Amino acid sequence: MDITKKRRRIALGCEGSANKLGVGVILHEGDLSDPSSCTSTVLSNVRHTFVSPPGTGFLPKDTAHHHRSWFVRVAQQALTDAGLSPHEIDCICYTRGPGMGAPLTSVAIAARTLALLWNKPLVGVNHCVGHIEMGRAITGASHPVVLYVSGGNTQVIAYAEQRYRIFGETLDIAVGNCLDRFARALEISNDPAPGYNIEQLAKKGGRVLLDLPYAVKGMDCSFSGILTRVEELAAQMKAGQGKGPDGEPYTAADLCFSLQETVFAMLVEITERAMAHVGSSQVLIVGGVGCNERLQEMMGAMAADRGGSVYATDERFCIDNGIMIAHAGLLAYETGFETPIEESTCTQRFRTDEVLVKWRK
Amino acid sequence: MTAPSANQDFPPPKILTHPSTSPPTLITQGAEGRLYKTTHLLPTLPCALKYRPPKPYRHPALDARLTRARISAEAKVLERCWREGVPVPAVYAMDAARGWLAMEWIEGVPVRVGINNFLGEGEETQTKGEGELVDLMKRIGEAVGKLHRTGVVHGDLTTSNMMLRPRSGTQVNGESEATGRDDRVKVLEGEVVLIDFGLATQSMSDEDRAVDLYVLERAFASTHPRAERLFGAILDEYKTTFKKAPSVLAKLEDVRMRGRKRSMLG
Repeated sequence: MDITKKRRRIALGCEGSANKLGVGVILHEGDLSDPSSCTSTVLSNVRHTFVSPPGTGFLPKDTAHHHRSWFVRVAQQALTDAGLSPHEIDCICYTRGPGMGAPLTSVAIAARTLALLWNKPLVGVNHCVGHIEMGRAITGASHPVVLYVSGGNTQVIAYAEQRYRIFGETLDIAVGNCLDRFARALEISNDPAPGYNIEQLAKKGGRVLLDLPYAVKGMDCSFSGILTRVEELAAQMKAGQGKGPDGEPYTAADLCFSLQETVFAMLVEITERAMAHVGSSQVLIVGGVGCNERLQEMMGAMAADRGGSVYATDERFCIDNGIMIAHAGLLAYETGFETPIEESTCTQRFRTDEVLVKWRK
Repeated sequence: MTAPSANQDFPPPKILTHPSTSPPTLITQGAEGRLYKTTHLLPTLPCALKYRPPKPYRHPALDARLTRARISAEAKVLERCWREGVPVPAVYAMDAARGWLAMEWIEGVPVRVGINNFLGEGEETQTKGEGELVDLMKRIGEAVGKLHRTGVVHGDLTTSNMMLRPRSGTQVNGESEATGRDDRVKVLEGEVVLIDFGLATQSMSDEDRAVDLYVLERAFASTHPRAERLFGAILDEYKTTFKKAPSVLAKLEDVRMRGRKRSMLG
């Protein structure tokens, strides 16, 4: 049956571009010719995370192995939670990129298998667009400037003429990568996430703000120099030589605090610049680092100062998940987009602005 | 003393509350801070007063450090450009610790507004009057070339940070709606003046200059997608104005490749 004529449309989404494996099922209801009548309902959202020991990061090979081992269990749980049988699903969506090669490939193979097994069309989805569309759907932000911050991506995005256009981005490593690697330097636990543990530790710091480089270039920013400096300060602290501006020794908590205050100020600044540039007062934060409450608080203060507001989601939707892939994939599928099985590749490099956003005006 | 301006929602900086000050008008609240129109020394000399208010989201120590450094860097850079004949506003007065800088008032509209008025709402790619648009691009390229020749990089080159100043003697009403073809072309007239040096630095390196051009290129493509294909005219004129341009443009190629997650195909 023609998807555009159906009143109930269901997609299953598979995500595994980094260390999170997620499968989710979404339901779109309403008449597609009248977008205001359409609603989205999350039927299930299951995730399993590969956590590496403190002091280490997740390697592609181990992460891919994790995804392969868990895919069937996670997918079955997603179907059970949704209370659906496979024949009720309209399409299978999967992450085409960007992300780590090996984990992407293992999930793409799983998605292809489901599509062949159940005889369903396949839809390849851009991971970043998945985050943006899920954020918009959950928060109801209509035309926001989007700050997308995670372990692999740092971008300031605004929609114009059928594309999500990148106004600013990191010139080197992602902000989440900066935080993750700093957590490794301090051997902070990776469970549930290194960024979460830095955030908790930072709440105990703040006696002093240590001087770190502040690297904003226009609407772009850079984090690698900050990481180098904060790693040096951590090494000095471990050697018992670290002294703050007041001459007193600083702690790991002070380092976490100073790092967060500096990098988040940079992110809020470039977001504010993009908002001023496009004349928007809404800001939407998506991606794993978007769960950080201090970042949300700082962004909120900036937005309030501009007479606007900040939209953010919690860890269920901020952190990589299958439901966002299902949602963005279904939006594309409803406009007639499909990925033929022989073209169902995945790629580590897939820019947000490469996707034609046919479902928005 | 109360300001007559209706759009004044914020308390102005202390410098604008003295009895001798002309009533300030808040022009914009940019990301960098607020821009007021007032006068300097004489009630007949208009001036732009840039004020960087404390940012509530930022740690006070970091905020003070950034505000002070940025105001004084901006004044130094403007002074240097002015001396070398780059089209920029002249500096009148400053107080870095209190976060304000007073400079020459530039008449006219931002280049962004000029181009958008010119392109209008039409869906089709414009070809009518494209020569005038190319001519404007050349003036932009010339201004940026002069800037880089001086040893300054802007740090935030966008079409919002350039003004179209009416040439002296001509009457151009910046507020008027473009209607006929002649008006449409007229919106592109004027001298390009670079403004907002809040992120400018003194630098002679190809890397910094290339990043400056890259920021402009990307901002241009995202602000004026329909005029993106004319961007080359800016770089051509830049090359004519600035004799070290070839090595900068070669570096620009590297900087473009550096953007993350770019497709490596083709």
